[in-house]
Amino acid sequence: MSIYNFFQIKFFAMKSTASQILPKKQNEILDLWMKQQLKDEGLRDDLMTNDDLKRDSIELLTVLLAVIKKDDFSNVESAEFDKVNEVLAGISMSRAKNGFSPRETAYFVLSLKEAVIPVLEKNITDARSLYSETAKFNKLIDSLGLVTIETYIKGREEVILRQTAEISEISTPVIQVWDGILALPIIGTLDSARTQVVMESLLLKIVETESTIAILDISGVPAVDSLVAQHLIKTVAATRLMGAECIISGIRPEIAQTIVHLGIDLSNINTKASLAHALRTAFNMLKLEVRKVNSSNKITAGV
Amino acid sequence: MDRIPILKMGDFLLVTVQVDLYDRLAVGLESDLVNMINKHNARGVLIDISAVSIVDSFMGRILGNIAQMSKILDAHTVVVGMQPAVAITLIELGLPMTGVHTALNVEKGMELLKEKIKASNGIISEEDDSPE
Repeated sequence: MSIYNFFQIKFFAMKSTASQILPKKQNEILDLWMKQQLKDEGLRDDLMTNDDLKRDSIELLTVLLAVIKKDDFSNVESAEFDKVNEVLAGISMSRAKNGFSPRETAYFVLSLKEAVIPVLEKNITDARSLYSETAKFNKLIDSLGLVTIETYIKGREEVILRQTAEISEISTPVIQVWDGILALPIIGTLDSARTQVVMESLLLKIVETESTIAILDISGVPAVDSLVAQHLIKTVAATRLMGAECIISGIRPEIAQTIVHLGIDLSNINTKASLAHALRTAFNMLKLEVRKVNSSNKITAGV
Repeated sequence: MDRIPILKMGDFLLVTVQVDLYDRLAVGLESDLVNMINKHNARGVLIDISAVSIVDSFMGRILGNIAQMSKILDAHTVVVGMQPAVAITLIELGLPMTGVHTALNVEKGMELLKEKIKASNGIISEEDDSPE
């Protein structure tokens, strides 16, 4: 009995680690995994075709199994896992940018668990080693899940940062409406960072165009609180220091109410209800006059 | 000791600051300018600070002081050519310099000064005219 048993134990001991079994079962795992992913009700076939999904799955599985083959796969921080992490990061980054939800992104990796464990179960008969191998594999997938979510969030943050930069860039144009008159339509909430951008671009434009009047139009500002008002007052004061006059226009009735209720003093700032009024005031200040051309006058002048 | 030259142009005094103003230079300018206004009976002072790229709260106060002193001596002060960065710094320091007139460049500053002086002269000449 002893010889037979010895061989049997030896035989199982050789066959029974995940690193020996899994690389040979790649196709089986892939099939199970794809089935698992396609079965999920959160599958986003609108964002990604099944072929693309399969390609991602094969890519990740290939690099993962290549590492698993080398036996020790309990430490995800080790250099051998760099390649896996890299592939995984690439996949989750692209998913973040394509608008996948965190759950959908994480499920891609986590569903691998459900594909691998049945394979392990089928091939490892010894309960103890099955448990230890499963636990080891669980740990691996969990840490891969963490990597996925981390990169996913990083990807989303990049998207948000890019959008913020874009918004602040497009929303502060300084327009020269007339020789010596600048208009600055402010759209969106004014925070300190934006005020800084607005102020800088306005002052630079004043120097560049030698304008003496700047019209700040705040009809696109959703709400004015004491902080926003403070920023506006600062901008007006800076413009004045440069030697230009500043007119604030586009004050909606509800904003006028808020300003008075908050007790903000705008009495030494030139305010106008609309951009048209502000422009008329600016023309007056520059001693310009807008007149309708009288066609009969023109003819007499011609004659 | 370095000094900032003060040029006389008719009724006006012209100061162009071509270097960064350090404290002692600014104090020197302040007293020189007041003496010059008194000596020449100047009606307007034009300070060009387009070459000044660094200011602190002291500098801001000196400019304000000069404006106030000249006002007492019946001269208008116009600060011209302030750089955007300087303007932002002064505002952030809480120095809106309300007593100082400003203009974009020397040309516009001169126009402003002439207007101011014409306005104050106008009042006097009207008063002079009325008894006749």
